[in-house]
Amino acid sequence: MEVSSLRRTIVSWLQAGPMVLVFFAFFLIPLVFVTIVSFWNYNDYEMIPEFSGRGYTDTFEGCIDQLPQFCTILRTYGSTLKFCIIVWALTLLIGFTVAYFLAFHVKSKTWQIALSLLCTIPFWTSNVIRMIAWIPLLGRNGVVNQVLVGLHLINEPLEWLLYSEFSVIIAFVHLFTFFMVIPIFNSMIRIDKSLIEAAYDAGATGWQTLINVILPLSKPGIVIGSIFVITIVMGDFITIGMMGGQQIASAGKIIQTRLDAIQFPAAAANAVILLIATMMIIVGMMRLVDIRKEL
Amino acid sequence: MSKTGSTKAGGLSRRNLLKSAAGLAGVAAGSGAITGFPYVKSAEPKVLRYLGTGVDEGDLIGAQCLKDTGIKLEYITATTDDVTKRVITQPNSFDLLDTEYFSLKKLVPSGNIFSLDAKKIKEFDNITPIMTKGVSPAGKKIGDQGTAPWKVMYVEGKDSKTFSKTPTEYVTLIPTVYNADTLGIRPDLIKRPITSWAELLNPEFKGKAATLNIPSIGIMDAAMVVEAMGTYKYADKGNMTKAEIDLTMKVMTEAKKAGQFRAFWTDFNQSVNLMASGETVIQSMWSPAVTAVRSKGIACTFQPLKEGYRSWASGFCVSKGISASNLELAYEFVNWYLSGWAGAYLNRQGYYSAVLSTAQKSMEPYEWAYWMEGKPAEKDIHAPNGTLLEKAGSIRDGGSYEDRMGSVACWNAIMDENDYMVRKWNEFIAA
Repeated sequence: MEVSSLRRTIVSWLQAGPMVLVFFAFFLIPLVFVTIVSFWNYNDYEMIPEFSGRGYTDTFEGCIDQLPQFCTILRTYGSTLKFCIIVWALTLLIGFTVAYFLAFHVKSKTWQIALSLLCTIPFWTSNVIRMIAWIPLLGRNGVVNQVLVGLHLINEPLEWLLYSEFSVIIAFVHLFTFFMVIPIFNSMIRIDKSLIEAAYDAGATGWQTLINVILPLSKPGIVIGSIFVITIVMGDFITIGMMGGQQIASAGKIIQTRLDAIQFPAAAANAVILLIATMMIIVGMMRLVDIRKEL
Repeated sequence: MSKTGSTKAGGLSRRNLLKSAAGLAGVAAGSGAITGFPYVKSAEPKVLRYLGTGVDEGDLIGAQCLKDTGIKLEYITATTDDVTKRVITQPNSFDLLDTEYFSLKKLVPSGNIFSLDAKKIKEFDNITPIMTKGVSPAGKKIGDQGTAPWKVMYVEGKDSKTFSKTPTEYVTLIPTVYNADTLGIRPDLIKRPITSWAELLNPEFKGKAATLNIPSIGIMDAAMVVEAMGTYKYADKGNMTKAEIDLTMKVMTEAKKAGQFRAFWTDFNQSVNLMASGETVIQSMWSPAVTAVRSKGIACTFQPLKEGYRSWASGFCVSKGISASNLELAYEFVNWYLSGWAGAYLNRQGYYSAVLSTAQKSMEPYEWAYWMEGKPAEKDIHAPNGTLLEKAGSIRDGGSYEDRMGSVACWNAIMDENDYMVRKWNEFIAA
């Protein structure tokens, strides 16, 4: 008994080992370095290994004396958070609906697999290309505007279709809904069908079954999908840059600008701030649903 | 970082030696097996790792160089900022560096680059006085605001980190290519003459203007606009005080909030797409981007403006980690680069070459007349790769070399207050 449990411990450590190593070497150690560097000083061309809170104080520059106006960093995170909430709500709504369709309306396993593969087709190209594809569609002289003007629905092309918050949200939803579909679908197909039958037998309407049976049982998938979407949106600067015409701030862009100016400690400080902000959101979501218990 | 420099360099050159020895053996073995000629053993592979910004789209230069000198260039191409980053963080990953003068304020103090010896550059004395003295060939003094090349052309000694005000033997960058930048416009959509930088913020073009989202260059264009609007006159646009940065960014922020800008761009292709699709009708632009729009059959002018141009220049130096034999190759390559073929190639792209006399010999008289003298093209004008650029009879925007380079007002720069400026730029983007 003793021996076999020891063996099991060793085996499970061995199984987890490669992941632990990768995690340490490529995540934890670099993260420790980034945190250390974020407290260094710097000049025009090099980092100076002496303690300095400059990366942080500069980042929060004006946050108190500019009140009631928001400082750069608060405004940036405010805008990023707004994108997070809107994109999360839309991807959840669409993702949940698609997953529901796949899990409960498509009866044959083959079709389920075929249709979920269909969802992956956009991922066969790079996300930059998927983004660029929107530009000729939404531009001032783009297809959408031409059609609307052609149908005499509008007289002047709509400017807000491209290089706006609208286009950023469209691209995000297009790019990331799939990250919601798969985990939710995964949770849904594991719901015991007899539970649903029981609900019907007990006289629940379809809507009641959805709210009281399917939704609670899909929670782990929803949370996992939400974590995917929110972490990506928080760290994104390419989509916001391309679709927002680089006129909308993002935490990632601030980091990039600092890196380009060889201000590594300031970039590191911003990275740490971004990490903390993202972690806080995720911890908040984990509070709502205990994933480990639900899995 | 700099303290450990010498030991690092030592270790690296040893490794380089081993590497090149292994490479030699490999080539000898490889080619021996194929050709059967034992002599191949003596042929040293002449390879230079060339880190650059790729403004000259050097594929053809690389091919010609191999043909003329037997030196094979291994290109490592990145944006100016990334090139600077690479020099600072991985100085041993390249032999030859091709970068812009304004980054020298970061590169030279880092100690990661070596200057070249002017005496070993055959055509050095024939380099255009615009680069070395700040006067045009006709003797006109040109704008010296910003990091003008002649201000950072020399260092005091071989390994010195201090720029010298007077010419010395040690040249930070051997000039290769430079140009004068201005606003690009769509004449077919604007339909009236544009003569001033101030037009970038003219409400007439609300939602149809763009500028670049590269802080160090973007703020210079912004300063040109602020000055043209008569809001403020800078002592040095390329080295603003904090108050001047605040003022400049305030003007730009107000315009941004009023919806003046359609978008900002960071790379060449974005600027081409914005202009070609009609999203913007007036924007900061680079010369080859204008050419690219025009080659799609869309009217686009690289508009000369009365306040003058914002100029930039690039040149060659070497890594501190370069081996002695590769250093000789670097000199051979730089001498080849200035000897005419490459200069003609650059001029045909609408850039300017450092040694005009040699480039002229490698160009047809009608080409020289079009590109450099501002005369109407006698024949169709073709790019080095053969695409038709202009039909016979057209005249280059901005005219002759003298007219364009003589009207330079300022140079791309890194300010003393760079850190503050970058923060303010981020604030501008977030506004």
